[in-house]
Amino acid sequence: MATEEAGSALSFHPMEQFIVKPLFGDGPVNWYTPTNVTLWMAMAVLAIFLMLVVGTRGRAVVPSRMQSIAELSYGFIHKMVEDVAGKDGLKYFPYIMTLFMFIVFANSLSLLPMSFASTSHVAVTGVLALAVFITVTVIGFVKNGVGFLGLFWVSAAPLPLRPILALIEVISYFVRPVSHSIRLAGNMMAGHAVIEVFAAFAAIAVISPLSVVAIAAMYGLEVMVAVIQAYVFTILTCVYLKDALHPHH
Amino acid sequence: MATTTHEVAGAAADHAAESAGMPQLDFASFPNQIFWLAVTLVVIYWVLSRIALPRIGGVLADRQGAITSDLTAAEEFKLRAKEAEAAYERALVEARADAQKIVLQARAEIQKDLDAATAHADAEIAARVSESEHRIGEIRAGAMEAVVAVAREAAADIVAALGGKADAKAVAKAVDARLKG
Amino acid sequence: MEGNIVQMGAYIGAGLACMGMGGAAVGVGNVAGNFLSGALRNPSAAAGQTATLFIGIAFAEALGIFSFLVALLLMFAV
Repeated sequence: MATEEAGSALSFHPMEQFIVKPLFGDGPVNWYTPTNVTLWMAMAVLAIFLMLVVGTRGRAVVPSRMQSIAELSYGFIHKMVEDVAGKDGLKYFPYIMTLFMFIVFANSLSLLPMSFASTSHVAVTGVLALAVFITVTVIGFVKNGVGFLGLFWVSAAPLPLRPILALIEVISYFVRPVSHSIRLAGNMMAGHAVIEVFAAFAAIAVISPLSVVAIAAMYGLEVMVAVIQAYVFTILTCVYLKDALHPHH
Repeated sequence: MATTTHEVAGAAADHAAESAGMPQLDFASFPNQIFWLAVTLVVIYWVLSRIALPRIGGVLADRQGAITSDLTAAEEFKLRAKEAEAAYERALVEARADAQKIVLQARAEIQKDLDAATAHADAEIAARVSESEHRIGEIRAGAMEAVVAVAREAAADIVAALGGKADAKAVAKAVDARLKG
Repeated sequence: MEGNIVQMGAYIGAGLACMGMGGAAVGVGNVAGNFLSGALRNPSAAAGQTATLFIGIAFAEALGIFSFLVALLLMFAV
């Protein structure tokens, strides 16, 4: 640990906020134990429900504020799927919308003080990315059969180069879930850890105003990052889906 | 690092044994996170695909339909307005032509009246002129007679004054001759 | 500080790994700057390419995140 600064006023615990704790008591974390993961994921579900279901209950032709936000997010993702993955990608729109809404709400809710950032855990983002990877691979083979392997055989390149390119393409294909998940988890973890480090500096009276300003600035950046990372995760899902649906470009 | 003693003070000390280092790499919590993530995703997917997305999609489609029908209605109204404008335009042209006709007719009538009046006036003027000439002739004839009479008298008087004896017949003859000559 | 040479090496390694973030910063700046200069030349085509911009930034940034991750692993998990 990096926290052994005996005698110093500073104590850095930037990673403590990510610890998975049971909600009730101090028992071991079994797979079914309700933990802070459960709590904050439930909060995300609740927020999504409030926005997309309760907000649109009026079904008004002239929307209320909540309804127009819901419609905007719907239209945003719908257009993204249609533009990037094509018309036949719209079949998977609910799946992509689920990913986007979960990530954007988990990211945003984790910015509340004392909250828990579930998307900063590699376990969570890894499952999300693996789900996308497996889904896309299965769709690719079901839609195109063996022709899906044409994705790795770059027919635009000169013939001697193709096996090398195919190797590179295969490697980059299998690195996809890794970078897909680490990008989201790393961004969230980094932002929260940096805020925590700045907060620790606030213990020194002289630099505490600077620290407060820095936290405010980082917080603004993190709000942006929370939405942009959700967007990036979603649009990369759309790109991978496009590869699966149309492997020959 | 895992073997170094963990001196974090306070509440987190309980978890120190498992979560030394990054909590993200604490594999003991993975099943828990993955289980709850799966539950969350299934719930969100269910809510979205069953309730939210069809509803929002329906609302958007309704709005699109309303906009489209409004647009077609507006198009129709525009067409109608254009027709009305054309009819108005046509009526204006007709009215203008009618007015032109009426003006021409009125002018012709006036011309006719004027011609008639002119002719009438001309005739009257001619009649008056001839009458006046007639009377002038009479007056001239009257005057000529008076002149002859006066000349005779004056000649007779002049002859008498000169001491002659005026023969009326001779004087008349001489005066006539003089007047004719 | 009980003179653990492994720990010292890990800390030095973590510091070195952070240099990778500078590379990511250069990369992200490059992507955004080139996008901006292209967008100023042809503003009408820029709107359609924002998605590409974000994908490019995401790819460039992912590698910086990797180096950050290596630093974190060295600091907390080795």
